[in-house]
Amino acid sequence: MSKTVEIRIKRQDSPNAPAYWTEFSIPYEEGMNVISLLQSIRRDPRDKSGKTVAPVTWESSCLEEVCGACTMVINGKVRQACTALVDKLEQPISLEPMNKFPVERDLRVNRQRIFDNLKKINGWVEVDGYHDLGPGPRQNPADQTTTYKYSECMSCGCCMDVCPQFTLDNAFVGAAVLGQARLFNMHPTGKMQMPARLDKVTQEGGIQDCGLAQQCVKACPKHIPLVEAIGQLQRDITLSQVFGALKK
Amino acid sequence: MSEKRVLIVGGGLAGLAAAMRACELGLDVDIFSMVHVKRSHSVCAQGGINGAVNTKGEGDSPYIHFVDTIKGGDFLADQPPVLSMCEAAPSVINMMDRLGVTFNRTPEGLLDFRRFGGTLHHRTAFAGASTGQQLLYGLDEQVRRWEAQGKVRKFENWEFTRIILDKDGKAAGIVAQDLTTMEFRSFPGVAVVLATGGPGLMFGKTTNSTINYGSATAAAYKQGVWYGNPEMVQIHPTGIPGSDKLRLISESARGEGGRVWVPRKKNETRPWNEIPTEDRYYFLEERYPLYGNLVPRDIATREIAQICTKEGLGVGGRNAVYLDLTHRSEEYLLKKLGAILDIYEKFRGVDPKKVPMEIYPAYHYSMGGLYAGYEADSTGRLLKDSPLNQMTNIPGVYAVGEADHQYHGANRLGANSLMSCIFAGLVTGESVVALAKNSKSSEVPSSLLESEQKLEEEKYKKLLAQDGPENPFVIHKELGEAMSAFCLIERKNDELKQLQGMIDSFEARLKKASSLDKSGSGNMSAVFLRQLDGMITMSKAVVDAALLRDECRGAHYKPDFENEAPSKETPIDDPAWTAYYEKFLAQTQTWLKTTVAKYDPNQSRPTIDFKPVDTRHLSPEPRDYTGVGKKAWKKFMDNRQASEAKA
Repeated sequence: MSKTVEIRIKRQDSPNAPAYWTEFSIPYEEGMNVISLLQSIRRDPRDKSGKTVAPVTWESSCLEEVCGACTMVINGKVRQACTALVDKLEQPISLEPMNKFPVERDLRVNRQRIFDNLKKINGWVEVDGYHDLGPGPRQNPADQTTTYKYSECMSCGCCMDVCPQFTLDNAFVGAAVLGQARLFNMHPTGKMQMPARLDKVTQEGGIQDCGLAQQCVKACPKHIPLVEAIGQLQRDITLSQVFGALKK
Repeated sequence: MSEKRVLIVGGGLAGLAAAMRACELGLDVDIFSMVHVKRSHSVCAQGGINGAVNTKGEGDSPYIHFVDTIKGGDFLADQPPVLSMCEAAPSVINMMDRLGVTFNRTPEGLLDFRRFGGTLHHRTAFAGASTGQQLLYGLDEQVRRWEAQGKVRKFENWEFTRIILDKDGKAAGIVAQDLTTMEFRSFPGVAVVLATGGPGLMFGKTTNSTINYGSATAAAYKQGVWYGNPEMVQIHPTGIPGSDKLRLISESARGEGGRVWVPRKKNETRPWNEIPTEDRYYFLEERYPLYGNLVPRDIATREIAQICTKEGLGVGGRNAVYLDLTHRSEEYLLKKLGAILDIYEKFRGVDPKKVPMEIYPAYHYSMGGLYAGYEADSTGRLLKDSPLNQMTNIPGVYAVGEADHQYHGANRLGANSLMSCIFAGLVTGESVVALAKNSKSSEVPSSLLESEQKLEEEKYKKLLAQDGPENPFVIHKELGEAMSAFCLIERKNDELKQLQGMIDSFEARLKKASSLDKSGSGNMSAVFLRQLDGMITMSKAVVDAALLRDECRGAHYKPDFENEAPSKETPIDDPAWTAYYEKFLAQTQTWLKTTVAKYDPNQSRPTIDFKPVDTRHLSPEPRDYTGVGKKAWKKFMDNRQASEAKA
């Protein structure tokens, strides 16, 4: 008998439908990842018993771990499906949707909340316009090494999915969004807009909701120093409060 | 003018740049995207963005950038938009820097630039090896800023299916489908911008993202938008084979010193690190001494394919060559190329800092696209604020980014696409504002909005009900394999004719395919029937155009019609050069034309016309990357002019 890959997928037919598991048995090919398993299922959508089922719905885009789309829970760990190589996974491989975001269908969840929260913290550098104003501010190459790291955040939500403080129904913005606030605070122009940003970061669902469980930094596929970002934001907030009080 | 909305389909670099510029100039914007815009395919661009900022003391200039781009594209691009792009490029890079893009820096704190293919200058600004991602985020943040002010509405996880045209045939809105609830909705707008990327998935496994169906392009094309240069698709020389897609090792790996080689001996059995230098064949460096590993992509691709398939020198007898960075220090590589080397290691399990990578060409990019026009001023540049810049043949419908056919001709230079996307996006933002100034509000008769929506709903209902024996994903796999086998690196007319027949059979099978899923929520399969239909429609344009163009130009390579240059050892007064150039001039006369494919609802194949190319700044000449041909060409032209003067 030819080699197969055994998979269990937690499915859900629509946002409010109950979840159920389906098992699949897929012919093995060298170099397979979780995405190619899902692609293989839709070319022959039958479960392990041979019964025809609807193909599995999931989200994906780049398949190079730079877009964040294909995030799901694989063998209990939240990560991107594209870099989950079958040869390195224990079988049966279990696939589940992320835990902290509402399920739309099967493995696809709604992560709109992340983008709404980026809006809440002024997640941008405010510029005077998009016309030609010459070169930007000079920056120390060492600073670029730091900021580049934060800027690799692809809003995948892994850090939120593992955070005990981040739940389906509370307002916490989560570590990635705080990391982005830190990023814009470091930019020479973004720094000038730091007071407004810090103000936003301390509103409802802000930094005070962080319980310092430090799970975020372990789950981040890009190894972004999220705990450091949160610590620095807290220092900046304290400083601005002290100086704010002194000014009065 | 807040009641005027512009509808932008696609949230990659081009769509977002258009959106933020239109907002800045006072328009309100609706953005539609199949994924959250932050997950658009632009994130995949790795190496960098070109602009002749000239901070390296090399005497680089926007004009040299222009010459490199035109020549790299084998003279098939209309020159006014390209000249304007190259002139604006330094200011675009500066703007992106001001937006907070984390570009790499020099010790003095300036932007750093690396070398890329098809140029001799350090002209490529970069943010690590994920420049596309970083630029996209920069624009995404600005658009979010406008969104927070209520100027932008985003419809993410929605798919565009139709342009709504008013009674005069002008754009009046679009119909789109929510990919979760599967509901359709009509949106009125003063202009429709299609910034929907390339149609790569018709080639199956490629370097493209899983969303690059080209279905938006196909929908517009079927409604009468022309498609320019469909046959011009780029194959990236350095792809990594994979089971789900072909990943890419950026050209920046060669820009940072990566060397391409194979063992000089067929059937070499020694491992790579036991093969001494004299037994390594650095074939690009030997064949192209001037540009070496940084010859343009089309040339590198053909050389790699030839070394494997014709000369039998592929590593281990496979279709693979080494791309070697092991002579560079780990620290240097981590700093300059960390992200891409990480990806290689993640997917192949081998550390490219210690062991040479194995690569082979992969479908990458479409130079062709929806036919976008322009209005030139008296100096041969884009006329500022003309509503015609980036407008297609349908009034009010714009195409921009990889979705348009402008800027890259027959072959794109590495790191020029990020520039063309942002530059043309900004131009489009200005164009739609100019158009909106002279048009009434975006109020469209509700009867029209309703009837167009109804039309799309009915079509989808039929797709959903489709219940035949064929699986659309299987048909897609076969389409991709066929397109890659017969219409990619090398094209032959008999094979292209055979491919036409195969595509007809895929089309017939699609009619007998099942939607596989009858669900009304997050249904990827029923939607795929529509997407596959789009891929089949567009593949016909690609294949038919490839069949008609009997020459070699840029990425379009037909060996039966090759005008091969004399070897670089041939003395420049050898008559072989004259013969080569005479043939070149004749070929230019016949074929230096833009292919324009038009959909014909009454027949199964497209109508194809040819339009002259605007070459007002730079006369066509044979591309030469060896450094020898230039002298021979000059001599030929001098002789020619002298004899013409005598006559």
